[in-house]
Amino acid sequence: MSMPYYVAPEQVMKDRAEYAQKGIARGRSLVATTYDAGIVIVAENPSRSLHKISEIYDRIAFGGVGKYNEYDQLRVAGVRHADTKGYAYSREDVDARSLANLYAQYLGNVFTHEMKPLEVEILVAELGHAGQPDQLYHIAYEGTITDEDHFAVLGGDAETINERVAASWQEGWDLAAALKAATAALAGPDRTLAPADLEVATLSRGNGRRSFRRVPDEELAQLLA
Amino acid sequence: MALPLFPPERDPGPDFVGLQRLTGAVDGPDQQRATRDAVPPALAAHATTVVAMRYADGVVMAGDRRATAGNIIAHRAMEKVFPADRFSAVAIAGSAGMAVEMVRLFQVQLEHYEKVEGSTLSLEGKANQLAQMVRQNLPMAMQGFVVVPLFAGYDTARGTGRIFSYDATGGHYEDTDFQATGSGGRDARSTIKLGWREGLSQDDAVELAIQSLYEAADEDSATGGPDLVRGIYPLIAVVDAEGYRPVPEDEVAERFGALIARARADRAEQSGSTS
Repeated sequence: MSMPYYVAPEQVMKDRAEYAQKGIARGRSLVATTYDAGIVIVAENPSRSLHKISEIYDRIAFGGVGKYNEYDQLRVAGVRHADTKGYAYSREDVDARSLANLYAQYLGNVFTHEMKPLEVEILVAELGHAGQPDQLYHIAYEGTITDEDHFAVLGGDAETINERVAASWQEGWDLAAALKAATAALAGPDRTLAPADLEVATLSRGNGRRSFRRVPDEELAQLLA
Repeated sequence: MALPLFPPERDPGPDFVGLQRLTGAVDGPDQQRATRDAVPPALAAHATTVVAMRYADGVVMAGDRRATAGNIIAHRAMEKVFPADRFSAVAIAGSAGMAVEMVRLFQVQLEHYEKVEGSTLSLEGKANQLAQMVRQNLPMAMQGFVVVPLFAGYDTARGTGRIFSYDATGGHYEDTDFQATGSGGRDARSTIKLGWREGLSQDDAVELAIQSLYEAADEDSATGGPDLVRGIYPLIAVVDAEGYRPVPEDEVAERFGALIARARADRAEQSGSTS
């Protein structure tokens, strides 16, 4: 007796979502928050060469959690999109919103049409200029896009970390305070994270045209002390 | 615009020019096709004299501000010295439209490589990249739209300033001490040749660059001198271990003022002694 081919669409989507969530939950999380001079992104990442946080453009940064090869491919595509747009038009015309939309479309497409969904969550952060507020776009594995004003949490344990950040978040705090809170939120009550376990970068208004900067280990140790 | 994703066998890697070719978004320089007939020179602005010299801690680069179209002054305040990236500078002489576009593409190419790869190109790698762009412009050069850049930077691996000059075919040659190009390049080079010595301080190198451009403007009609009426002065930049930075305009203006005062005093003294 042969098995029927039919599987309910609800079941297909549920299975794919579960698969993606499991994959993402295997990796470590990432927190991004605004502070007095810009945006700081903190990721739990012991590697110094396989980055979770990277520069996309003058005021735009990228963060990815989940499967490295998948989000790194999306990072490179983001750099290509931004550089192509900036070269064809002007540097001012490159914005995070259109890039976040492209990521959302792509992730949504893969989720519904491909065999395997991407096991990633993406952050696109943009430093506000000329009176515009800072923007944090959080794009989930199935293409859901959310727009946060103050902070964003990506990764498997996002809900609990989100609660911890929300409890300590303050408007206009300085880099050291933001970093300490983000690190504590990532670590949870039972562990502590050393500078070597963290990857930290900022988009800061004092950095000139290219506002992205990685925070080196020594400076990180001082800020967390 | 869709997200630019490529299958592994077609991936352009960190090459922005290659990416442009694949997406067809913008014509790369190699896709420009020259017209059959040469365009009269009065149609296209022409950029003139630029110089570069090595000093104790890095390199100084300078360029006048004039662009000409035939016998007409097309622009009085054109910029010919640009930062290529944090540790290098590029200066242009030749057909202005082609040259400025080439610099723009070169800047994006270097930054694109840096972001995609997560590391910067070596100074020699950057010089080779620029050579390829000049070579791709060869069909246009044959029609009279020649671009001859100067490239200079601080080699962070060797801890010294280095200079590369180019010809229209993309041939590039490393110059040990100094180089000048453009219509007034010969006069500028002679001036630097007389004043240059090993281990020049930044101050002296900037002064020598100013003098070389002054002499070039004195002999060559296409090179602009200091424009005291409008307050337009040549652009000067230094690149050292700290990176690229322009010399402030006030300082350049002051140095030109002093140079002119000295030249006047010399003439007054000479005419005084002969009478």
